[in-house]
Amino acid sequence: MATSITHRITGVGLYLGIVFIAWWLVAASMGPEAYEPFLAAAAHPIGQIILFGFTWAATYHLLNGIRHLAWDLGFGFLPKTAMWSGIVVVALSILIAIGVFAWAYSVRMGGAIS
Amino acid sequence: MKSETPLHRIQGLGAAHSGTQHFWRERITSVALIPLTIWFGFAALALVGAREVDVLTFFQHPWNAGLMGLFIITVLIHSIVGMQSVIDDYVHQPGLKVLSLLLNRGFAWLMGAICLVALLRIVS
Repeated sequence: MATSITHRITGVGLYLGIVFIAWWLVAASMGPEAYEPFLAAAAHPIGQIILFGFTWAATYHLLNGIRHLAWDLGFGFLPKTAMWSGIVVVALSILIAIGVFAWAYSVRMGGAIS
Repeated sequence: MKSETPLHRIQGLGAAHSGTQHFWRERITSVALIPLTIWFGFAALALVGAREVDVLTFFQHPWNAGLMGLFIITVLIHSIVGMQSVIDDYVHQPGLKVLSLLLNRGFAWLMGAICLVALLRIVS
């Protein structure tokens, strides 16, 4: 099913995305001058699109991973249940990713004013 | 015809000599990553747009440094195992298979070293 190949694609994407976490930690460890370019890249529209992609991919992989663990324990295997839980995972992952971004933006706006 | 020796049978390691290790590593890291990923999500969200000093202050707290280290190590073990499943399924040419399996581990260890050294520099 489509949720299965998406699980793999998001997994591989998140794996490669560790490069950005490494960049973040290295930049932070090297002082304010090294951290500036990272902040600028993250705030850039392309950076924002990549970050949104990772947010959604992580949320999807987490939720669908829980679905896989439930299957391992023998729950939710009926075709009807599996179909239904797949739709829930896709919808919920999109909603949470948008919610996380909305939260981040509202906090940043609040921070900019104060 | 049974060609398995009694010793091989009780060892329970099967033809690949690793038994169910791959399966269990994938499951155990999956379960551990549920709370760790949620923690990382909140941590990252708290540090959106933060200055470098704020990031340092955050990771200098022992709980945050410890959880970040655990998160990185668990993510990388989970990724090695997951990526290996993908390689096992799609890469069949022997030379390419060995190369991709080596690259998989090499990338994970390199990223682990970089992240943990950076984290130690931040903490110290």
